Amino acid sequence: MGNVLQLLLAGLATGAIYALAAAGFALLWQTARTINFAQGEFVMLPAFFVLAGTEWLGLPLGLAILLALVLALLVLGLLFKRAIVDPLLPQGVLPVVIATIAVGILLKESVKEFYSAEAQPFPSLVAGGTLHLAGAVLSLQDIAVLLVAGLAILAMQLFLTRTRLGRMMQATAQNPEVALVLGIPTRRMVLYTFLLNAALVTLASILISPVYLAKFDNGETLGLIAFIAAIVGGFNQIRGAIAGGFLVGVVDNFGAAYLSSDYRTGILLLLLIAVILLRPHGLWGRAEERTV
Amino acid sequence: MSAGRLAGPAIGLAVTILLLLLPLTLRGYGIYLMSLWAVLTIAAMGLNLTLGYAGQVSLAQGAFVGIGAYAAALLTTAGWPLALGMAVGVGLGLIVGWLLGYPALRVQHHYLAFVTLGANTLLFLVFRNEDWLTGGVYGIPGIPRPRIFGLATDDPLVFYYFCLAMLLLVTLALGLLLRSPWGRAFEALRENPVRAESLGIDTRRYTLLAFAIGSAVGSLAGTVYAPLVQYIDPYPFALGMSLNLLLMVVVGGSGRFFGPWLGAAIAVLLPEWLRFSEGLYLVFYALLVILVLVFLPGGLMGIAERLRLGRRPVAG
Repeated sequence: MGNVLQLLLAGLATGAIYALAAAGFALLWQTARTINFAQGEFVMLPAFFVLAGTEWLGLPLGLAILLALVLALLVLGLLFKRAIVDPLLPQGVLPVVIATIAVGILLKESVKEFYSAEAQPFPSLVAGGTLHLAGAVLSLQDIAVLLVAGLAILAMQLFLTRTRLGRMMQATAQNPEVALVLGIPTRRMVLYTFLLNAALVTLASILISPVYLAKFDNGETLGLIAFIAAIVGGFNQIRGAIAGGFLVGVVDNFGAAYLSSDYRTGILLLLLIAVILLRPHGLWGRAEERTV
Repeated sequence: MSAGRLAGPAIGLAVTILLLLLPLTLRGYGIYLMSLWAVLTIAAMGLNLTLGYAGQVSLAQGAFVGIGAYAAALLTTAGWPLALGMAVGVGLGLIVGWLLGYPALRVQHHYLAFVTLGANTLLFLVFRNEDWLTGGVYGIPGIPRPRIFGLATDDPLVFYYFCLAMLLLVTLALGLLLRSPWGRAFEALRENPVRAESLGIDTRRYTLLAFAIGSAVGSLAGTVYAPLVQYIDPYPFALGMSLNLLLMVVVGGSGRFFGPWLGAAIAVLLPEWLRFSEGLYLVFYALLVILVLVFLPGGLMGIAERLRLGRRPVAG
């Protein structure tokens, strides 16, 4: 029983991080019809911005994180939109997909070349330690990650559903023409979506790197898992993507513990293929018109 | 395919002579690179059929190269001739490719990209984890070079001509296929599936065929790859190769018949040209792909077309 609780907590903690990445992924798709194959590398990169800040510039951790956030907003938000998505989107979904694959390779190889090919230890925001509860050994770090990511997700949901700006962004995502007619500056809303995604991946990066170390090729698995989470949950709904993130985190941990750790990614992929074939709009998504 | 009346054959002749004579002036490594180019071009031509002609994105082509490579490696190290390895590899590629086509009947574009990407990872896990069959991470060493009509191909130059012959055969076969009604049906599938269906084309069947044939051509490339490198392990067949093959097709010009020839040449040569920059070539390569996508939607082959026609071609 204690073991199950432990696995559940660890699963929810990583799941919360996946949920952040998956939510950003879903936001980009909804608002800007952008499938970001580099989302995993987007999660990998900000940790290296932080490391560059602390190691190269000698900044304290807090300032380095702030610097990383600013850089992420500029590079992964603004530049990504202006240089890649804006010119390619008129050509269709597929060229953007291929371009983001190239962006992923670019980010990964740049980090490998200009920072390091080795896995880097990353400062943790909370002290390590464990908490004994009902026979289970719970990691404080997992609890902290779950809390921070959970609060961020809650804040984002409140922002999107309760604030004027958030509702304008949602309107833009749901029907850009009508939103424009209603006087919403849709182009600016699209830009905000890219910035929001950049902020989400920065948070995910800072939360996940103390656990898995910061490494240039982390994005491969992270990206794949974020896609799986988004699709399994239903990525035309932010809520679906978030639920998918938690589900995938838990399934991944239990699968690795009880089924097969050699095939741990394989279990998720089978889940993905089953969902795509049986419920293409995801477990919690709305049915959407199929693109022909 | 739509080459100019005289320019086409002239360029074709020049390239053929270059491919036949250039290796005579090269030493071991140069010949190896040209052989690798031929093998990758075969795999990319298969993907070009699936992606460029039939419009179905596949991110699993590298795993199909792996299927062919393992089939050839397992059979030839057990003493069977390479021809059997090729038959088995291509057969497996056809079957698995056909199965991979089923998701394409339900989903398109990005969903399809994810499914095929997932399939690639699954196949990679099988290569890596099923030690009893594939040797796991230790791989399969000592893959012999084949004897062709009694002629040993242990010499790198002779093996290169074998690779080139395979490439020319595949090119000829795909050229004939694309001129056949099947080829027309593939293009119809890409351009407008609904209209194709209303014209009586069985889109379901042709989607599956596009996957099966494109994947089988990838497996064929794998059966030549195994005796070329003579040692295989799972890592070359991870997602990286699939992405690389996709980028080759895009850089060369997706849906341009000879696009993969050019795309594969750049993918093989760029690391060599940029050798001074160590691993930085992938950074340049990714930048090149992005620039090509943004500024040359038709790929590098698109430029040639534009120059010849003297006007802006229809974006493809």
